[in-house]
Amino acid sequence: MSENKQYTVSIYTENNIGLLNRISAIFQRRHMNVESLNTSPSEIDGVSRFTLVINITESQMKKIIGQIEKQVEVIKAFYHTEDEIIYQESCLFKIKSELLFDERQIQNIIKESNARIVTVNKEFFAIEKSGRKEEIDLLYRELSVFGIMQFTRSGRIAVTKDEMKISTMLKAFQD
Amino acid sequence: MDTKTIQNNTKDTETTERISGSEAVIKCLLAEGVDILYGYPGGAIMPVYDELYKYQDKIHHVLSRHEQGAAHAAQGYARISGKVGVAMATSGPGATNLITGIADAQIDSTPLVCITGQVGSHLLGSDAFQETDIVGISTPVTKWNHQITKASEIPEVFAKAFYIAKSGRPGPVLIDITKDAQIELFDFKYKKCKGVRSYKPVPDTDENSLKAAAELINNAKKPLIVWGQGIILGKAEEEFKAVIEKAGIPSAWTILGASAIPTSHPLNVGMVGMHGNYAPNVLTNECDVLIAIGMRFDDRVTGNLETYAKQAKIVHFEIDPAEVDKNVKTDIAVLGDAKTSLTELLPLLHPNSHTDWHQKFKDLYKIEYEKVIKNDLHPTKEGLTMGEVLKEINIQTKGEAAIVSDVGQHQMIACRYAEFNTTKSNITSGGLGTMGFALPAAIGAKMAAPEREVIMIAGDGGYQMNIQELGTIFQQKVPVKIVVLNNEFLGMVRQWQQLFFEKRYASTEMVNPDFVAIAKGYHIEAQKVSERKDLKAAIKEMIDCKGPYFLEVRVEKEDNVFPMIPTGASVSDIRLE
Ligand SMILES: Cc1ncc(C[n+]2csc(CCOP(=O)(O)OP(=O)(O)O)c2C)c(N)n1
Repeated sequence: MSENKQYTVSIYTENNIGLLNRISAIFQRRHMNVESLNTSPSEIDGVSRFTLVINITESQMKKIIGQIEKQVEVIKAFYHTEDEIIYQESCLFKIKSELLFDERQIQNIIKESNARIVTVNKEFFAIEKSGRKEEIDLLYRELSVFGIMQFTRSGRIAVTKDEMKISTMLKAFQD
Repeated sequence: MDTKTIQNNTKDTETTERISGSEAVIKCLLAEGVDILYGYPGGAIMPVYDELYKYQDKIHHVLSRHEQGAAHAAQGYARISGKVGVAMATSGPGATNLITGIADAQIDSTPLVCITGQVGSHLLGSDAFQETDIVGISTPVTKWNHQITKASEIPEVFAKAFYIAKSGRPGPVLIDITKDAQIELFDFKYKKCKGVRSYKPVPDTDENSLKAAAELINNAKKPLIVWGQGIILGKAEEEFKAVIEKAGIPSAWTILGASAIPTSHPLNVGMVGMHGNYAPNVLTNECDVLIAIGMRFDDRVTGNLETYAKQAKIVHFEIDPAEVDKNVKTDIAVLGDAKTSLTELLPLLHPNSHTDWHQKFKDLYKIEYEKVIKNDLHPTKEGLTMGEVLKEINIQTKGEAAIVSDVGQHQMIACRYAEFNTTKSNITSGGLGTMGFALPAAIGAKMAAPEREVIMIAGDGGYQMNIQELGTIFQQKVPVKIVVLNNEFLGMVRQWQQLFFEKRYASTEMVNPDFVAIAKGYHIEAQKVSERKDLKAAIKEMIDCKGPYFLEVRVEKEDNVFPMIPTGASVSDIRLE
């Protein structure tokens, strides 16, 4: 049996209600846990893009892509390994304001991790960091020592190193 | 074939006119050539029914007795005609009652458009009276679905729905319409859908794969074709026949592929799968090239995948790219619709006859005949067999009947022994195995093809799952012939209990009502037969009857269907007893 690997899946779709349901159902039926999911507009007007991360075998991945592309409103789906993409995640931490002044170390952590202070008020301050999962994990570990009031992390977003010829494909569909 | 009639009815409406959403629904159906639909009314779809009243001379609404019956009837209609079947229901319970039929249509690639009413759009998501999220519920079992909340969306969504349902690999589509959208007035204009941007119904056929396939086939010493419903759905029967005749390849069918070529065709070597014929199952594990055409290697066909045709090169002709390599790894996949790819394949093939290889099928058939078929068709013991009923039907209908079967032992017997001279004659629930399918599906089939003899075959179990449709038959005067093979058991389950659960017959014995009295209660002529000597005359009376007819045949209580591949076993380990 082949091994599980982490894949990033990019799905270009029509911007229609209900597609998220159809796509997530494909994974759910097969008992596959999606690690992260992001949906957003894409570079093409009216075309949405789903980016999701999943750990499965390559043969499972190929079959899933077939099932996804079968959906009427899916234009094209791709899957990629880590080294074929440039990707980022983003996260927000909410921390008690007093810590910013009492714990000098926090300021160093913020600086060294290239995080950004988004807002500061009397009760709390919020910092944002974009990066790879490991960088965000590290920052989380460092800050949790001092206490984190809230933490949230986005799904992965990714662009591929190679070209994705969606516009040409859309043209071909219309011919 | 049907395209001519469709075209006549489907001129785009050029002028715009101000009408209600409900009237628009009817006009869309008419524009798509629909003249019959199956359904059941209720609050959330009443405006459409009200309009139907006005259009009753143009579009015939068949009132089923349960929405599941409406969905299966639409399936029967679609399966025998190759056209889109239409079913309609109200919101909530009406809509959920359609689901079994929709799921059945999805797995058997049957083109359906299902219309459901929905609560007013201002009530959506509020758990209003008879509100269910039917779009959410039906998502995994539809090819496409959509909720309409504004009348102006109706024409485009309907056009798209019909296009998606029937194009490429067909399937069911559901349109949910809120009540306010049914009432709202708007400027109606209809344009048929010619394409959906993100959707490519038929993948391009690659010339190189076609050539590679031809080369493999030409060099094969022991080729075997397994064909499925793709031949019928793609209207490729003639092309298929030409291919197998030129290359002289023994050809076997999946349950949904049955009737694409006549049963008596010399290259037709029978059914594959769990209760298929001995020779094609055993020789699947001996052929050198296995050519799958319009079939999807269902687990009921392949048995254990680890041992399925491991020695063979696999060629797969398939319209749905997601099916390629899904269950069986192919050596060559030819994408495209069967009609086109087989047309292009034909000139690349060398004429051949494979005489020695054919002999192997004949030898194994002899074994199956001695051990199984002889006892099924020419029994010597007292009790009637299901097989002899089929044999008598074959004789009296000359193999021209369409057989609509339910699910269970009788289904396997019907598919194994019915003689089919005409395509689209085997209507059964293949992928979902839905008991209760046959009676309503037979209604739809007979209404779509009134010139054909339509004979339904069911067990005493499945018959009672939609027995209420006798009411529809009576009201609509549909002359279907209903045959119930009564073994007073949920026979197929009982067979498994006998073979694999030490004869512990847990909840499979049936105490049945007086079926003849029930049929007569619906004013349907009826008769019961329990002895061999009466069988022939009873079937004659049934076939001679102009109206609907019910025939109950008391068959042996504990007969089993063989051959059989036990679950998880290899196709070549098929048991004859
Ligand atoms: C809706 C549904 N429920 C349960 C089953 C499981 N099942 C498959 S065959 C069968 C028995 C069918 O019995 P009957 O209709 O009497 O036909 P027979 O096998 O006796 O010919 C059952 C219960 C099914 N296929 N469909």
